[in-house]
Amino acid sequence: MKGMKRMAVMTKVKKNFVSPANIGTLEPAQKSKKVAFQTKELNLWYGEDHALKNINLDIFENEVTAIIGPSGCGKSTFIKTLNRMVELIPVVKISGDILYREKSILNKSYKVEDLRTRVGMVFQKPNPFPKSIYENIAYGPKIHGIRNKKILDEIVEKSLRGAAIWDEVKDRLHENAYGLSGGQQQRICIARCLAIEPDVILMDEPTSALDPISTLKIEELVQELKKDFSIIIVTHNMQQAARISDKTAFFLNGEVIEFDATDKIFSTPSDKRTEDYITGRFG
Amino acid sequence: MEKSIGQVRKMIEENKKTASLTNVVEKVIPKTLFVIAVISILTTLGILVTLLSETVAFFKEISFIEFFTGTVLKPLGQNAQFGVLPLLTGTLISSAIAMVVAIPIGLMTAVYLSEYASEKVRKVVKPILEILAGIPTIVYGFFALTFVTPILRSLIPSLEPTNILSPGIVMGIMIIPMVASLSEDALGAVPNSMREGALALGATKLEVTWKVIVPAAISGIVASFVLAISRAIGETMIVTIASGSSKNFTFDITQSMQTMTAYIVEVTGGDAPAGSTLYYSLYAVAMTLFVFTLVMNLIAQYISRKFREEY
Repeated sequence: MKGMKRMAVMTKVKKNFVSPANIGTLEPAQKSKKVAFQTKELNLWYGEDHALKNINLDIFENEVTAIIGPSGCGKSTFIKTLNRMVELIPVVKISGDILYREKSILNKSYKVEDLRTRVGMVFQKPNPFPKSIYENIAYGPKIHGIRNKKILDEIVEKSLRGAAIWDEVKDRLHENAYGLSGGQQQRICIARCLAIEPDVILMDEPTSALDPISTLKIEELVQELKKDFSIIIVTHNMQQAARISDKTAFFLNGEVIEFDATDKIFSTPSDKRTEDYITGRFG
Repeated sequence: MEKSIGQVRKMIEENKKTASLTNVVEKVIPKTLFVIAVISILTTLGILVTLLSETVAFFKEISFIEFFTGTVLKPLGQNAQFGVLPLLTGTLISSAIAMVVAIPIGLMTAVYLSEYASEKVRKVVKPILEILAGIPTIVYGFFALTFVTPILRSLIPSLEPTNILSPGIVMGIMIIPMVASLSEDALGAVPNSMREGALALGATKLEVTWKVIVPAAISGIVASFVLAISRAIGETMIVTIASGSSKNFTFDITQSMQTMTAYIVEVTGGDAPAGSTLYYSLYAVAMTLFVFTLVMNLIAQYISRKFREEY
């Protein structure tokens, strides 16, 4: 809680070292798809701790990009920089640049609220608000100025359908969201995120607190959502990454070791460390 | 190594034989603690019984209806009348003024401390608030009479030298720390994941605070209000000093009024002969006061249990 207090203050953008070395950039032939996020020489420190080191990644639209790696390798930190949630931690320093649809989001003129409206986030632990299911979904549209009851009703239904939970909750929309199971709560959080129609959805280990059946439902949902949204998902579960993602980035000690098509990463990884990790030899 | 284990076992066995005193202590201590704990309960019961029996004696002389609907309180002289309404309105009006001051300022302070203040600021502001809570109420009373009243009188010329407005405001200042600190606890108990969830939807800091965090903490916040009201109702010194002792039945806050507590102070200070109606009236008023604060405290407990948000 205490970390909240100094949000949007401490980020220092140093643009002094821009080099064109793009380790993670893909082959030119694959570049016909639109790039959602592009990071350039992205470095991040928590105080003295160098958490992200020279990250150069191109993340494409309408794909599922999985981020894998052992605990503490910077996966979560990385996706939290993409919607600047990382700034809630007071001692964070960032250098390099992140482009979202070709605009620098670290630029002071880029309003963080606008960014987060376009780039939604689903957290590790389901965190619905202690309000009714309806109010949870309507919260986002409401803060962005949508007041018309009829439109809100439509948004709520559409979002809940989108998150594949409408049938389970349609008769109890005005009950507290905390009465739901963990898996249902997580889908409520996804629906809450869909309600403001973002372009990108960041998912930070969305199934790590859920049972296998709920996990399966979320995975199916991700496949469905891919049609309309770009999804970046952090996961500890390598089978999950293999099942649901198009591209996979392997992080280790704050560096991107390998970033490629998921099929390639899981069949013929080019780096020995990637192979060791996905075969379970460490991590 | 094995040998030493055997030795230790032996020593333990030997000590057990001589440990009867320890056993006795183990049995006696809980009973002693129980008796000590019961003392406070017995005291409360004793107070309650005294209050009740004397109150019953009072209502033998003055009817229940006369007491609670009478608008005239004239405890001395011939044709003494014992209507509690002037005291009730005095108490309720002074408490209402106090809440008008304390609720907004206390809540804003809590929100600022919990959501906005940096660690540095909080480290300075919180102790100052706690000092405010530690000032003896008689000092507040003086402050009301000699500082606040003159200022108010220069603003409102019709204000009487003793009036209910000034002690009401000062009482409000007195309970700000209570509202602020209890509300801040409630806000601080809202998990950070709520803030993150709302911020991730593109909400501004203000929208997160007022539409998610404050509603999530509302039970604790309202409980702090109710406890503060109960404190204001029971407050004595400030009103005794700054509001005078006229037993006006009025809703005009510029006039002098007497609260239930101030009445008790006045009568106990005035040598009421034991057994007189005046003497018994003390208990009736005290009982009314007791019921008020008890109900307030029960409401506070009920609210914080009933509306506790689960997260």
